[in-house]
Amino acid sequence: MTAPPGGALGAAALPAAGLEMAVDDPSLLDADRLMVRFGARFACRDVSVRIWPGEVIAVVGESGAGKTTLLDCLSGQRAPDSGSVRYRTSAGGIIDVHQESEMVRRRLQRTEWGVVRQNPRDGLRLDISAGGNIGERLMATGHRHYGRIRAAAADWLERVELDVARLDDLPAQFSGGMQQRLQVARTLVSAPRLVFLDEPTGGLDVSVQARLLDLLRRLVAELDLAAVIVTHDLAVARLLADRMVVMQHGEIVESGLTDQVLDDPQEPYTQLLVSSVLRV
Amino acid sequence: MTAMTDTAPILEIRDLTKTFVLHTRGGASIPVLDRFSLSVDAGECVALNGPSGVGKSTVLRLIYGNYRAGGGEIRVRHAGRMVAVTDAEPRRLIDLRRHAVAYVSQFLRVIPRVPALDIVAAPLIALGCDALEAQARAGALLARLNLPERLWTLPPATFSGGEQQRVNVAVGLIAPRPLLLLDEPTASLDAGNRAVVIDLVREAVAGGAAVLGIFHDPMVREAIADRAVALSARDRQEPDQQAGEP
Repeated sequence: MTAPPGGALGAAALPAAGLEMAVDDPSLLDADRLMVRFGARFACRDVSVRIWPGEVIAVVGESGAGKTTLLDCLSGQRAPDSGSVRYRTSAGGIIDVHQESEMVRRRLQRTEWGVVRQNPRDGLRLDISAGGNIGERLMATGHRHYGRIRAAAADWLERVELDVARLDDLPAQFSGGMQQRLQVARTLVSAPRLVFLDEPTGGLDVSVQARLLDLLRRLVAELDLAAVIVTHDLAVARLLADRMVVMQHGEIVESGLTDQVLDDPQEPYTQLLVSSVLRV
Repeated sequence: MTAMTDTAPILEIRDLTKTFVLHTRGGASIPVLDRFSLSVDAGECVALNGPSGVGKSTVLRLIYGNYRAGGGEIRVRHAGRMVAVTDAEPRRLIDLRRHAVAYVSQFLRVIPRVPALDIVAAPLIALGCDALEAQARAGALLARLNLPERLWTLPPATFSGGEQQRVNVAVGLIAPRPLLLLDEPTASLDAGNRAVVIDLVREAVAGGAAVLGIFHDPMVREAIADRAVALSARDRQEPDQQAGEP
């Protein structure tokens, strides 16, 4: 896929002076001391996360730990009460995501970023065809040639193991697992650099989960994507993530290399999580 | 850090200490290693001996960064320098595993739906090797390990213990790295395949690799190891009397 016309982010959208991230080994996204409070309860409390290009991070923890709130902050969908999220654009500039205009954030979300939601119905347009869903994201990044958009949509249906003959079917005619694969195709067709996935295998049957996980594992490696995956399933983290972050009550209680955290957990809460699973 | 010569160690362990604290068991503490030290040079194969449960596998896992050290230091040679494994950032550990440290664990961790050939080729691809060439080399190694070609395109989940172990050995040996950690690489193999693994490890050592391994079979140890290091109860800490009952 070629870069969309006009660059992913126009030069005008690029940043203010004075923002810095590590230069020798540039990270892609730096979240610094994020705070989100719902009344007396913290959904994110002093959460700092750094993501480098091409790496997959899993955010694990039980329901209500603040995982999705963190994902929403990182992906610019929710402003934190305090703290910052800085992103290095493909043009090399650094932007403070939550200080930018809504327009800039939306542009990021449809160009350099991608979001895969737990419920495919939240990430798809149900009133247009499968091909339309994939093509829409390309049109949003400036592609206009109908034939090429349709060819790209067909190509992506194949890559997510969907029958190309279903190109003109509505998503409602697909099973849950197929809808989720369609959502993945819609997200990845515009060649994002950073993808946010919220419980991508959540509502799926186990065999369908395995297929989707295998697909995600291959695509992440092939496309050299950076990804943040929110999951309560430690096996998903083991399979997909280089690093993981364990959250409890809105705080990061432990983080590190995925196999190290799972095989030699240090914190009481992480030990409880790991020991509660049959085998990961 | 000064540049290392060819006779410099590949692996240096100083005063390595490891205690597992089980928070889900009332904070019970299980001491495993107490100030364990070891150095392994290039072209040397060292056998880690000692009774079952003394912490031999734990030493290998600590070196690979799979376990976190409680104290002391582990350093491995990477790109001409000695690099600390202990306290290394996750990204650094990933880099070390890719380029400097290979590990053959006792059991293969199966990835669903991924064929044996792709699992074996993966370390080469991670180093930037062309996918077709990586698969060809993976096939050659699996053939040498007598894994029937009809199994190559299947995920190893349904393989026998011996077949899985050969896949595991192939994953560890496909991309030569300066340090090779072997945890019972021949435990479920017949005599013929044991001999193949012995030859492969000897070739790695002859090629300059440093090998640290656990070999229960005295014949294998005799055939591969230049020297043995005994891990004994004296390398263990006294149990923490304050700890709760497990």
